Amino acid sequence: MSADPIPPRLSVRGLTKSFGSTRVLQGIDFDAVAGRVLALAGENGSGKSTTLNILTGVLPRDQGEVRLDGQPFYPRTPRDSSFAGLRYIQQELNIFPNLSIAENLFLVELPRAVRSLPFIARRRMHERSQVLLEQVDLTVDPHASAGTLSMGERQLLEIARALQGDARVLILDEPTTSLTEHEIRRLFAIIDRLRARDVAVLFVSHNLEHVLELADDVVVLRDGEITLKNHDAKRLTTHDLVLAMVGHSIEAQFPSRVPPKSRPPVLQVIGLSEPGVLEGIDFSVAPGEIVGLAGLMGSGRSELARTIFGLEPHRQGEVIVEGRRLRSGDVRAGLAARVAFLTEDRRRDGLFLDATVADNLALVAISGFATTPLGCINRVPLAAAVATVGRRVKLNSANVDTTPVRRLSGGNQQKVVIGRWLLSQPKLFILDEPTRGIDAGAKEDIYRLFAGLSAAGVALLIVSSELEELLGLCDRILVMHRGRIATSFARSEFERSAILRAAFGQAESA
Amino acid sequence: MSGLSSPKTAKALLRGAPLVLVALVWLGFGSAARPFLTLATLTDILVQSSWLTVLALGMSFVLLTGGVDLSVGSAMYLAAVTVGMEPAATPVGLGIATALAVGALLGACNGWFITRLKLPAFVVTLSTLFIARGLGLLLSSTRIVYPSPAVAQLGRTTVLGVLAPAWIALIAIGCAWGIQNRTSFGIYVRAIGADAEGARRAGVPVPAVTWGVYIFCGALAGLASLILLSETAAASSAYGQNAEFLAIAAAVLGGTSLFGGRGTLSAPIMGAILITSVQNGLAMVNANPYVYPVITGAIIFIAAVIDSGRLTLMKRLERRRILAG
Repeated sequence: MSADPIPPRLSVRGLTKSFGSTRVLQGIDFDAVAGRVLALAGENGSGKSTTLNILTGVLPRDQGEVRLDGQPFYPRTPRDSSFAGLRYIQQELNIFPNLSIAENLFLVELPRAVRSLPFIARRRMHERSQVLLEQVDLTVDPHASAGTLSMGERQLLEIARALQGDARVLILDEPTTSLTEHEIRRLFAIIDRLRARDVAVLFVSHNLEHVLELADDVVVLRDGEITLKNHDAKRLTTHDLVLAMVGHSIEAQFPSRVPPKSRPPVLQVIGLSEPGVLEGIDFSVAPGEIVGLAGLMGSGRSELARTIFGLEPHRQGEVIVEGRRLRSGDVRAGLAARVAFLTEDRRRDGLFLDATVADNLALVAISGFATTPLGCINRVPLAAAVATVGRRVKLNSANVDTTPVRRLSGGNQQKVVIGRWLLSQPKLFILDEPTRGIDAGAKEDIYRLFAGLSAAGVALLIVSSELEELLGLCDRILVMHRGRIATSFARSEFERSAILRAAFGQAESA
Repeated sequence: MSGLSSPKTAKALLRGAPLVLVALVWLGFGSAARPFLTLATLTDILVQSSWLTVLALGMSFVLLTGGVDLSVGSAMYLAAVTVGMEPAATPVGLGIATALAVGALLGACNGWFITRLKLPAFVVTLSTLFIARGLGLLLSSTRIVYPSPAVAQLGRTTVLGVLAPAWIALIAIGCAWGIQNRTSFGIYVRAIGADAEGARRAGVPVPAVTWGVYIFCGALAGLASLILLSETAAASSAYGQNAEFLAIAAAVLGGTSLFGGRGTLSAPIMGAILITSVQNGLAMVNANPYVYPVITGAIIFIAAVIDSGRLTLMKRLERRRILAG
């Protein structure tokens, strides 16, 4: 018999977890090896977050075995888990902009001058900050406020914080979503360095290109089961991953549509500019047409959408909806022209979480039902309209009149917001990241709904970070780069690589 | 380009809005009543604002964490009654210690209900507002109480040419600054102010820190009470009434947000000086005493309007820029 093999850094065997009668993890096995990057992929609801929550001590497991360097590892709190060397960087960064960089680094264990007194040893804190910051190539003054850092730098700051002490496993949850391409390169270089330092990195991402680029090992989850396990990620393709994640190829997710006939446009944007944000935007959207706005985070996609709807002002240019010119920064004008707008952040801007589904649905359209002389609301037709829309968006909710929105799943919440705008019968529907954080089933429902709207002659303008989604849905894709429309692609010209190049500012024409 | 259109100048001006407001009030009253803008009056104002500064300092910590303490006025009364019940031979040190202890104890009760029973701060401190005043009335049998001569003397003692109340306020400011910047507690308070949920996730002991903040606020209310008591040398049953609102107003005037997260140490100080300046100035122009609350209220309102405008403007200036230049 040979000598005992070195146990993997983190080993998971037969992990199961149920919520009530739903089994969300059905016995999964995988290893994270020191000095390698393990990518964990899967749709929302596949069991990814549950796995992470168990590993980090947020949830207890039902059954199964987890070992860290061969020792049983069952943390009961995130603190336990972090103390054992498992460091978790969540998608939503935990940086306090009003604290200094050094204070952010040592927030939990601030070095003290005297052990039993709460006074901070500032010099020691700053010296140690320097060392940690160097590990992630961050050349910033530790005294400076963390609020001055860019998103990419904040991410590196989080990593520096995670590297304190004995960091054995580093979990990165969607670390690239809010970074620029340059920042992503920088992050990947740091992760490479961690590999050399024998840290086991667990990388969770929806961005399959990033997964393939970075990972050594890949585990794909679907419905709580592992559908793909591979130890040579360089040989995989995105198509393999999607197949494992969704169970069928991407194309099948999208409904087939007849391309709309050319008709006079619903929306015309002419020379739209706002200093420092948008520059010379020209395009139009015809009835029934689905136009996608692609581009990197921070390219001005969302700003353009918000400007058209009037949530943000513009200095020059015109937004014309069905021949009517909308005033800059006037949401009411947009509403009057029957423009609907689905915001990026439904929880913050869109929904009243404690109100019922029906009340949330009725909100936008309510004035249209105030038909009596005193402006009282005519309840019967309103209730009927609400019920119709609920059916149209396939709301899987038992009772729209009593269920508070808070209790719905993310997908159903999004359907409520969409349904609410449908009640006002929009001519133009602008949607900012309509399927972010939504499970595959709800996504398909929403795609089908878009196809239905398009067939009914509604013009749709969709902002999305998921290129697959735009490729599958749109008649035309406009690619934004630094506040301008870099290139426009018609459906027949759709090509992933060309669109990505345009998004990175390397347009063919340039 | 004019100075105002440069974002940097505009930002600096907006940040300094409370200071500008104080200057405007001083100039306004100075032109209405000559003697206002003298060194003697301005020094007076600084000394008179000592107790409110101390009170607002504690309040600003509470506001920073997104809470509120409505009971500080009653805490002041209860502390004053307790100090007044001490024997005539009581030295200054014991008086200060008593006042601090009474305030801290009440703050600890507030903090316990808020962090352990998870009741809203507004409700808890509204209850203790009545309870503490009631206790004070019971203890004093509603009679006016008088501090020991040593405590009363404190208000007239000068050290290095500056009156003791101002020194106490300065020491309190120094301590608050040290706590905020040099202790883990202070850093935790600021982290909670920025994002309580994030702080909890980062491992900050949020309930313990929050509790500490109410104790700190209570203790400073006790100290504020002692400062005021040393100046008035007597406390009637209305002592400290509505002080909580003055403290909140002072903190907000200086730029502390009522919704948590935003505020610096200079905010309560500037706010307290501003409020005291207004009251002092009104006395100097012989305004009808019944007009005071109206003017004070109006100034708070104006400051709030300026503050909200300031925030919108700041947000605009700090908006992300996509294009270069």
